[in-house]
Amino acid sequence: MASPNDLQFQEFEEAAELLSADPGAPTLSISPSNIPTLTAGEDVKLDLSEDEEAQEESSELLQGHKPGGGFWTFEYYQSLFNVDTVQVLDRVKGSVMPLPGRNFIKHYLRSNPDLYGPFWICVTLVFSVAISGNLSTFFSQMGNSSYHYRPQFHRVTIAAVVIFMYAWLVPIGLWAFLTWRQGTERQMGAYSFLETVCVYGYSLFIFIPTSILWTIPFEWLQWTLIVVAMVISGSVLVLTFWPVVRDDTRAMAVGTVVTIILLHMLLAVGCKLYFFQTTVNTPPSAPTPTTPELLTTVKLH
Amino acid sequence: MTSAEEASRPFAGLSDVSIPDIPVEGDISLPVASSARDDEFSTLDEPVKETILRDLRAVANKFVHVLYPKRSSVLLRDWDLWGPLLLCVTLALLLQGGAADSNDQGGPQFAEVFVIIWFGSIIITLNSKLLGGTLSFFQSLCVLGYCIMPLTVAMVVCRIVLYTASGKVSFAVRLVVVTASFGWSTFASTAFLADSQPSNRRGLVVYPVFLFYFVIGWMILTFSP
Repeated sequence: MASPNDLQFQEFEEAAELLSADPGAPTLSISPSNIPTLTAGEDVKLDLSEDEEAQEESSELLQGHKPGGGFWTFEYYQSLFNVDTVQVLDRVKGSVMPLPGRNFIKHYLRSNPDLYGPFWICVTLVFSVAISGNLSTFFSQMGNSSYHYRPQFHRVTIAAVVIFMYAWLVPIGLWAFLTWRQGTERQMGAYSFLETVCVYGYSLFIFIPTSILWTIPFEWLQWTLIVVAMVISGSVLVLTFWPVVRDDTRAMAVGTVVTIILLHMLLAVGCKLYFFQTTVNTPPSAPTPTTPELLTTVKLH
Repeated sequence: MTSAEEASRPFAGLSDVSIPDIPVEGDISLPVASSARDDEFSTLDEPVKETILRDLRAVANKFVHVLYPKRSSVLLRDWDLWGPLLLCVTLALLLQGGAADSNDQGGPQFAEVFVIIWFGSIIITLNSKLLGGTLSFFQSLCVLGYCIMPLTVAMVVCRIVLYTASGKVSFAVRLVVVTASFGWSTFASTAFLADSQPSNRRGLVVYPVFLFYFVIGWMILTFSP
């Protein structure tokens, strides 16, 4: 009869430890010392509502599951695909309609990040960019009698390399940077690696219909579409990462958010300029598909 | 006699009996090894033609099942990868010979088609297993490979159409043929795969299959000699 009581006592200890750790996070994020540093009144309101949401969600975060097994077992990856059709569609909708105050990770992921969405969105984006680019080249050259249609299948390889590198390397860098900054201050607000990959993957979804609409050969429409897609996609990322970097020094916070937006813009503009060229006679002069290279070509224009 | 006494006491005094006292009678004859009767289980002695034809008949049987996709378990029970290999090589060979100049602005190379079909099938199979599917790895590969058959038939039709006509008419005909066969392939493979998934994840499993056959259909449609 002593052992059940001992087990119960141990459970209470663990719960007590968790509860003592938990109030640490919300109180740090709504510390009143931050409020005087904010300049606009609306920002204060926004942040308070976000913190209320964070308080509500943190209890759900406690119930979040850890992926089972080590990363070399099959069960670990199976726990990363633990989503239903309805959940995936819900997350996609959330990435297309970012509302202020709705942190994508806290509201939609709820400590159940999945790899299905990011992977298949990236694959679809690769093929949609390559196919739409091919179509737009074809439409722009339809009147040209000397033009012979080419499938340009090598673009699929290039698109795959660029998009998968962006969708994996940038989250790795961002997560490492945020963890390093958070580590020095012992806060619990940093996101896990899988959540960062997940939010980046879902934020790329808006580019799929955008790339399909880019086949319409009007320049002003194409640039308008880029701006709209950038605003939507960028605001998903900013709304997700701002609450985490906001507690840092002002320069680092703004710098981090600006870097996120800049890299995203590079991807969008680079894809548009490379895959949706309207001239066929200038073959791409072997640009290596890394974004710094695309940056220099953009600057030279 | 002592034997009568021993008979009245069963199992008694066996140790007292010595072997030479018991007469042994009987027949010992070995059965003649009849090789003719064991042939049903051993196929080592059959002619090579019979061996090859047996596998070909199994492959053809599965082709018929893909042509008329109804809920049958032939593809799942006796899976084999000969059919998918045949179809993949045929499709990749038929997709060659496009783009007269050999620069890389042309259609997919043989290796690209091979990689897309096989790695695409492997990734879709892994995806369905990670989502909790009950089909085994090779059963899934078998189903996905066999369901490429309508698209291979469409490729043959497209090449014939391109030899005879050209321009808008041929494009319209090719578009209709490729779209119909793409729909047929997707329908046939989901008829086999969808049953093995829990119902709340069926859409998640069907979408990659749709994308896979869409990309293959795109490769067929954009083939230009």
